[in-house]
Amino acid sequence: MPDLTANCAGIVSPNPFWLASGPPTNSGDQVMRAFDLGWGGAVWKTLGDPIQNVSSRFGALNHNGVRIIGFNNNELITDRSFQTNLAEITQVKKLYPRNAVVVSLMLDTREEWRDAITRAIDAGADGLELNFGCPHGMCERGMGSAVGQEPSVNQEITSWATEISSVPVLVKLTPNVSDITPHGLASQAGGAHGVSLINTVKSVIGVDLERFTPIPAVGHTGTNGGYCGPAVRPIALHMVGTLAREPRFKLPISGIGGISTWKHALEFMLLGASTVQVCTAAMHYGFRIVEDMIDGMERYMRSHGFQTLDQLIGKAVGNFVEWGELDINFESVARIDPQRCIGCQLCYLACRDGSHDCIEPATDGSRVPTVEEGECVGCNLCSLVCPVPGCVTMHQVDNGFQPTSWNEHLMLEKPIRHKKGVH
Amino acid sequence: MDKLAPDRTETCFSDLKKPFNLNQAMVEANRCLYCHEPPCVDACPTRIDIPTFIRKITTENLHGSAATIFSANVLGMSCARVCPVELLCSGSCVLTKEGIPPIRIGLLQRFVTDLAYQRGWSFFQRARPSHRKVALIGSGPASLSCAHRLAQLGHECVIYEKRPFPGGLNTSGIAPYKMQAHDSLAEVDWITSIGGITIRHGVQVGRDPTLQELEANFDAVFIGTGQGPDRRLDKLPGHDLEGVWGAMQFIEELKLASVDLSQVRNAVVLGGGNTAVDAVHELLHLGVPGVTMIYRRGKQLMKGYAHEWEKALHLGAAALWFTVPTAFVGQGCRLSGLKCVSTDSALKPIAGSETMVPADLALLAIGQQGADPMFAELDGIRVQGGNIVVDQQGFTGRRGWYAGGDCTNGGKEVVFAAAQGRTAAQAIHRHLTGNPASNGAQHA
Ligand SMILES: Cc1cc2nc3c(=O)[nH]c(=O)nc-3n(C[C@H](O)[C@H](O)[C@H](O)COP(=O)(O)OP(=O)(O)OC[C@H]3O[C@@H](n4cnc5c(N)ncnc54)[C@H](O)[C@@H]3O)c2cc1C
Ligand SMILES: Cc1cc2nc3c(=O)[nH]c(=O)nc-3n(C[C@H](O)[C@H](O)[C@H](O)COP(=O)(O)O)c2cc1C
Ligand code: SF4
Repeated sequence: MPDLTANCAGIVSPNPFWLASGPPTNSGDQVMRAFDLGWGGAVWKTLGDPIQNVSSRFGALNHNGVRIIGFNNNELITDRSFQTNLAEITQVKKLYPRNAVVVSLMLDTREEWRDAITRAIDAGADGLELNFGCPHGMCERGMGSAVGQEPSVNQEITSWATEISSVPVLVKLTPNVSDITPHGLASQAGGAHGVSLINTVKSVIGVDLERFTPIPAVGHTGTNGGYCGPAVRPIALHMVGTLAREPRFKLPISGIGGISTWKHALEFMLLGASTVQVCTAAMHYGFRIVEDMIDGMERYMRSHGFQTLDQLIGKAVGNFVEWGELDINFESVARIDPQRCIGCQLCYLACRDGSHDCIEPATDGSRVPTVEEGECVGCNLCSLVCPVPGCVTMHQVDNGFQPTSWNEHLMLEKPIRHKKGVH
Repeated sequence: MDKLAPDRTETCFSDLKKPFNLNQAMVEANRCLYCHEPPCVDACPTRIDIPTFIRKITTENLHGSAATIFSANVLGMSCARVCPVELLCSGSCVLTKEGIPPIRIGLLQRFVTDLAYQRGWSFFQRARPSHRKVALIGSGPASLSCAHRLAQLGHECVIYEKRPFPGGLNTSGIAPYKMQAHDSLAEVDWITSIGGITIRHGVQVGRDPTLQELEANFDAVFIGTGQGPDRRLDKLPGHDLEGVWGAMQFIEELKLASVDLSQVRNAVVLGGGNTAVDAVHELLHLGVPGVTMIYRRGKQLMKGYAHEWEKALHLGAAALWFTVPTAFVGQGCRLSGLKCVSTDSALKPIAGSETMVPADLALLAIGQQGADPMFAELDGIRVQGGNIVVDQQGFTGRRGWYAGGDCTNGGKEVVFAAAQGRTAAQAIHRHLTGNPASNGAQHA
């Protein structure tokens, strides 16, 4: 039986699945119900000076009939009092000593931070998460992403926390920056024990065509919100991987953004995350999704011979390279399996209008197109649009050239293959 | 156990519901709303956690999906093929309230369970041996489900089966366009591969061994003998003519051996239940030109599923409602027709309504004979209205004796037998261990 015990910056939990700070971790009742169903940890809804929220606060991006491929919200931090939250945290820790309870905090002055940290630790927090990421409402007040976007401020406030904290401190980073690296390094310089990312991405989820307001409308107006859910996963994976492969960056990572299945979790962990956090998927489908996350992860580990998470964390980091290090002489072409083809001709159209026009429609009435391999640039587009799994597949071709990267070509003048599809 | 003949008539049938490939399964699984407290689970007698197994298809945790199915219903493979899902799980899907076609749960379940069989996945481990022995009478779905659970809990099971093949009606009765005998036998192998289950073929319990002998040699007994053979119309003249068959007897013949229908022009099927409807389908598929169902009540009152009868009509079936036979008529020793009379709504014959229905084959699908009355010879066991009387847990009233499946429920579906067999296994386990709450089984 594989061991799913997770450890992120010294915060230990029975499995790597944590609930991210947000509505699902708003109260002790919710967190305890989640722990009962198997969640390993929870990052409490961000504590601070309690706020008043607007109504409504959520919007969704639906696509082709599929609901919530992306989600957006303009909710602020907790609207409940500090004392109430702390009392519930204490109770949860008493009843669930093995599960990780991380307290998310967002405050203003150094004194406020110090006071809040002391109280959170006294209440039983296993770790702290500094919310430097919220991209709406709080940043206008000089908190949240206003901190996370400014490395020097990030470093300073992080050091306020790490100076006095007796438990591990994670800094939650905002994705609303052009390069995540200086922000991760700033948290490290401030003494953080780990980072969590990503918080939500600044967004407008849609516009109401009748009322002429951004969605969700609050009365007659709307505002920007934070984007999350499945659609942000690629952004999050990139940022997690970027920090994980950065040689100067040494901290453990808690990965967040669009995770709803064991496969997504594995993707983050293979790219360097020690634990993962989930918000939108728990809001969409409830806490019960963790059962399959645990089950699927265990079966994956068993079938791949991993006994502990350490054996798989970061396994893909070494293969995540700069463009200039890719093998430019690697060549692949598409092939269409006539047995599987259902004749939709989407590949033909995609290649003609969107790539290199190297797929020929059938002339015999079979509707099975063929790829002109001599022209195919191996871009993948046809295999991506094909609705039938395994019908269009990519095959490596031997062009006689030695593997060479662009960087090697520039520096060592190694020969590179001829361009294909250029006329 | 005998070997199945390769040239069985049933092998010329193909699946009425074509199995899903991976892509179809993914598309269908992603349609599932993943409801909370879903009605489909309530509609499944074995309470398979349907949204969870479907969710696991969408996350490509197919091994886990299969585990979810089999942990609730070890006959999940045959149930996926034979369950009337239109009336059970799929029939209760909330999407139908929106006028959207329900999730095709049976086909999704078939996709996952077939994959598990193909890949040879196993999900169960036996608990430590309890050194307790349980006899099971009959090797149909009820006994198989019961034995598997008992074996899982560490008990030793011996199944006695009077026929040369195991599986009960799953092997000998299911319409071949739903499932064929080789699939049922593969399921028996898969179930018994857990270990601790022996099947003894050609043993008719009651004769040798006697019920008393069985009781003396085992710690508990489970009765899963079904509803017995076809009812006959022995009082009607001509009932023993060549060409008059019991419907189940005929179906068994076409499934396990071969039937020659090349000389049959007109066939009639007497009855209005699902066996009758299946028989009509089978005869039409096998190319009999004229197939007529004769039923003593009206269409509204037939017990056969309406959706199945509609399909039979498309294939060209005819029906005579409110009609009963009064005699089988022959040319020599061969059947040539049935004398019939119409009935009124009180099922009384209407004078002067006699007709002659030409037929060279007549199948009697007027029910089974009922649970074997011999069990009532044991003190504490009652057989009433063709059923062995049991409580909710499958206990008969005689210490150590349990029953489930068709012999207790009047003849329902495979999934009910599977559910009752499993429930009885839990009760037997409590009886054997004296531990009312014990549930020590493990599964992956
Ligand atoms: C024609 C037909 C079609 C059907 N189609 C479907 C369908 O599509 N879907 C569905 O869900 N259900 C269907 N059913 C119902 C389903 O087959 C039964 O509900 C199910 O098989 C009941 O299982 P069981 O174990 O209780 O009994 P059975 O399957 O009847 O098994 C009883 C076994 O006990 C053996 N036995 C009896 N007496 C003794 C004895 N004294 N000693 C030793 N062995 C003995 C018998 O030989 C038999 O093998 C159909 C039934 C019929 C008749
Ligand atoms: C409604 C809502 C409220 C949130 N509130 C907080 C918060 O209080 N503190 C915080 O650090 N992150 C908050 N988040 C961000 C999430 O913790 C998480 O970083 C983000 O949603 C991405 O993960 P996901 O795709 O799994 O939702 C919130 C997200 C949502 C949707
Ligand atoms: S989910 Fe619906 S009912 Fe619940 S608070 Fe939000 S708007 Fe109200």
